[in-house]
Amino acid sequence: MSGFMAILKRDLHLATRQGMDNMMVVMFFVIAVVLFPFGVGPEPNILARIAAGVIWVAALLASMLSLERLFQTDFEDGSLELLSLSPITLEVAVLAKVAAHWLTTGLPLIVAAPLLAVLLNMNAEGFPMLIVALLLGTPSLSLIGAVGAALILGSRRGGVLLALLILPLYIPVLIFGVSAVDAVIGGFEANAQLLILGAFLMGALALCPWAAAAGVRQAIE
Amino acid sequence: MSIFCGQNLICVRGERTVFTDLDFNLDAGGALVLIGPNGSGKSSLLRLMSGLLPQAAGSLSWNNEEIREDPEAHADRMHYVGHHDAVKPVLSVAENVAFWASLRGRGKKTQSAVMAALEAFGIAHLAEVPGRFLSAGQKRRVNLARILAAPAPLWLLDEPTTALDKQTIGALEATIAAHRAGGGMVVISTHSDMGLESFKVLDLAGFAIRQAS
Repeated sequence: MSGFMAILKRDLHLATRQGMDNMMVVMFFVIAVVLFPFGVGPEPNILARIAAGVIWVAALLASMLSLERLFQTDFEDGSLELLSLSPITLEVAVLAKVAAHWLTTGLPLIVAAPLLAVLLNMNAEGFPMLIVALLLGTPSLSLIGAVGAALILGSRRGGVLLALLILPLYIPVLIFGVSAVDAVIGGFEANAQLLILGAFLMGALALCPWAAAAGVRQAIE
Repeated sequence: MSIFCGQNLICVRGERTVFTDLDFNLDAGGALVLIGPNGSGKSSLLRLMSGLLPQAAGSLSWNNEEIREDPEAHADRMHYVGHHDAVKPVLSVAENVAFWASLRGRGKKTQSAVMAALEAFGIAHLAEVPGRFLSAGQKRRVNLARILAAPAPLWLLDEPTTALDKQTIGALEATIAAHRAGGGMVVISTHSDMGLESFKVLDLAGFAIRQAS
């Protein structure tokens, strides 16, 4: 546990010292969402209709942007080798790195999301649900993404490959995340969608650290 | 009875067999120097000893227990210094060393141990300097200070003298001597002569597979 906290603290430290990296993810998120009114026209009803979907898709892409660097820098400077040789189980180390990734990229996205929802004229009844759904969904994105980030270690042009590997796996989270918000706006309960998002999170929490650690071991062998 | 032993080790990288039927053993306080031409498998043997690389065949044991059975226990008693120095550019020298020491959780003494380790390699005055301003030799010293900050009985050093100046090589030799005097073991691959006392030499050139003619 102390090892988990040590790695988490170090990664948060690194992220705050290189503040621009995380700011850029949020900036990308904002710009990607703002592009939609230019593309589909400023009609408020259309924007309100697509708001939840646009925010979720942009959040998926934004969280993927920073994933490439999750293990890459540690891999290049030899830290990943040493982490795998430390008495900390590699799975725990991976989980700590994913937690740091979510805190530095997932959380800022959730903070920015309601603001963008206002921009897109989303029905205000959906705001709390949007935040809850993102809170449940984005950790799954970081966890699934870690598996991809571990698999692309050592490959050139890893970023594109990462998108191809990971985006299809994001689809279930996207579907239930959007449908939870739409259900609440339509006047229905969204418990089922939240339970499914929670189930995804539990499943990812149980499986992804193992898969990512296996990928890392493969890369440093 | 030797503590750290390898028997009939075979190492395969990619499709190529690097060495076969390699044996070694190391007693408490012992030192093993790996020599051999480039590509003869010095680094591969060190990675194999550390557990980074699985051996294709043969056994590696610590006190007669197979290392593969409990890799975490092995990690806890071993330090590995490879070709990369793992120095984070935005963390200060002291923070870099303290992080690796904290992973081995030796209580609250970490801070003083870190400063003592920096002192030993003459970089105490750089404690607050971020890693990105360090020269190659200074980074290597940070990496060596890391293994001193959290004690472990086995040191695996892959060409530790790379980029080091004469004075620091002397400091490293003194550190290794003190480590061995305390019962520690060290395996070093090197191309330059290091001032070690009573060490065994393992020439890896002798274990290469002969080219099929």
